[in-house]
Amino acid sequence: MTAASTDTLLEVKDLHVHFPRAKKGWFQPAEVVRAVDGLSFSIQRGTTLALVGESGSGKTTTALAVTRLTPLTSGQIQLGELDLGQLEGEALREARRRFQFIFQDPFSSLNPRERAGAVVRAPLDLMNVGTPEQRTERVAALFKAVGLRPEHQNLFPHQFSGGQRQRINIARALATEPELVVCDEPVSALDIAIRAQILNLLVRLQRELGLTYLFISHDMAVVEHICDEIAVMYLGQIIERAPRQAFFANPLHPYSVALMSAVPTVTGGRKRAAQRIKLSGDPPSPINPPPGCRFSSRCPVAEPACSQAAPPLREIAPNHWVQCRRVDVVDGRIQTPLSFPSL
Amino acid sequence: MTQPLLKVENLQVEFNSRRGKAMVLNGVNIEVQPGETLCVVGESGCGKSMTALALLRLIPSPPGKISGGRVLFHGEDLLTASEERMRQVRGNRISMIFQEPMTSLNPVFTVGDQIGESLRLHAGLNASEARTQAIAMLKQVGIPAPERRVDEYPHQLSGGMRQRVMIAIALACQPDILIADEPTTALDVTVQAQIFDLLRELQREKGTAILLITHDMGAVAEMADRVMVMYAGRIIEQGTAEQVLERPAHPYTQGLINCLPELGSSLQSERAELAEIEGMVPSIWELDKACAFRERCTHALEKCAQEAPPMFTLTHSSDTAPHMTACWLQLQQTTDQGQAA
Repeated sequence: MTAASTDTLLEVKDLHVHFPRAKKGWFQPAEVVRAVDGLSFSIQRGTTLALVGESGSGKTTTALAVTRLTPLTSGQIQLGELDLGQLEGEALREARRRFQFIFQDPFSSLNPRERAGAVVRAPLDLMNVGTPEQRTERVAALFKAVGLRPEHQNLFPHQFSGGQRQRINIARALATEPELVVCDEPVSALDIAIRAQILNLLVRLQRELGLTYLFISHDMAVVEHICDEIAVMYLGQIIERAPRQAFFANPLHPYSVALMSAVPTVTGGRKRAAQRIKLSGDPPSPINPPPGCRFSSRCPVAEPACSQAAPPLREIAPNHWVQCRRVDVVDGRIQTPLSFPSL
Repeated sequence: MTQPLLKVENLQVEFNSRRGKAMVLNGVNIEVQPGETLCVVGESGCGKSMTALALLRLIPSPPGKISGGRVLFHGEDLLTASEERMRQVRGNRISMIFQEPMTSLNPVFTVGDQIGESLRLHAGLNASEARTQAIAMLKQVGIPAPERRVDEYPHQLSGGMRQRVMIAIALACQPDILIADEPTTALDVTVQAQIFDLLRELQREKGTAILLITHDMGAVAEMADRVMVMYAGRIIEQGTAEQVLERPAHPYTQGLINCLPELGSSLQSERAELAEIEGMVPSIWELDKACAFRERCTHALEKCAQEAPPMFTLTHSSDTAPHMTACWLQLQQTTDQGQAA
């Protein structure tokens, strides 16, 4: 199988990741956590796709599945010409240089006993990139690229601040010149003033190196700043996918609208809080997701039919996909059941 | 203005270690009026949480020590009160919600036991009365099926529900002041919205004053009546929410607001680079007498390296409440304007 078009870097089709739980009794069937349940998306080379959603919606599991760090239940993952979903053993290990991961927590993702220089050098040694002298040069170049000083190579992680540690993480991820970088909440553990520095760094590196990001976050403002395309996840499924401007100008799915309205803003203040669309309760468990639309139990505009059958993901406008039976196009205009006035 | 509920004067906290003495709080002054929401903002390590802990005398000692100042609660100085008196105040008149709803509940007691504990201790209820009251509290904070939930353990609840239980515990004795230390940082935005709505509603009903510690400027805009910005153990700006958010005076506050990615940014133009505040918060061991922000400040004057700026009131024609800041640049501009006029 070849990629859909030449500039599609990552193509995921009907991805399922299920985790079986221990049986509760001898004759009971084992319960299954449907963490990711039928996900399809693609990312163009050099662009950023953001995955957003609440905790437990399957964002991180998707990231782990795409980087083959968790077993797949079913589905296809295509990275360029490579059928990533089928690779095993040494071939998979060799392929890992093409995709790397930036983790959320800058404190636990670095070995406390390893010096910063060695952390960044490790992928080069493991992947046998260049000669040892070239690796030393490459580490120095990476430190410069992420805004660390050369003498920082000799320090241990505890001697760095959170922002600097995230820079080390970024340098390590970039060491093997990957095409795809998966960023799992790279700034949510950082202070607001440091967040801007790291976001600017990620944008700059993307521009200079032509990187492709799968960017996971729950912060809508951060996502709006960094993404080219956005996919909103709810309970293991993508419920809306759209280009950046189309989504933020006009989110269609009731959950996307509620999610946007929940974000407090400096300019909106109390007025915004008063107009907020309130969602009651918590998302249902992914063990036995409700039949029909998974959001129907919390949806303020749900109809009885919503909980009967699951709606398909439909393309409602060019590249704007939504999974809601109440969103429709009437006379060329998109009709949404729910909208937020001051967005 | 009425008599403040809580008045903190020149509060100083120091930590001693082998490296010497570090001033964690350096002359903090706070006034909290009944029924208002005061937000304390700043980066980590600037003393927000320390301020909250110091008010309740919960600073780990050693190494920490409250080395000066007064905390007047209804006119009574809590810093000189007996330990027994403090136990009557904590969780009863002043209560606190912590950041991590996962770790601040006891995993081996039911939710009902934990809410009932403060009621039995402070209000003198017996076990069955406390249980009834606990159910009522759970209902009030919006937990469905409270009769069933009251006998459940924390691990059976989601993060949002645990934080609601924390709020129920904190509000059980109808405190005068609720200190909330980043109560929603660990939660999703939709749950955060629910918790903020709940806090506002309870405040309206009971007239509880809220001291909200946060680093989220959006949360400040939504919750605050007044805002205090802290940097390196000092308050550097304070005023009403509109004053601080719309006309920030201190370069640090301006930087904090400018570096936020805002919703709606994609609708305007090309992706702009975010404004940055260069560098990082100085270590508490490196603080000196001068302005702690000068190294990161783009407007630093010579004077900034010599002496810490005093807190002074800005004059602005539309101000009805005082808007204060501690910055030499602003002081200079204000005096220049004064002379011109």
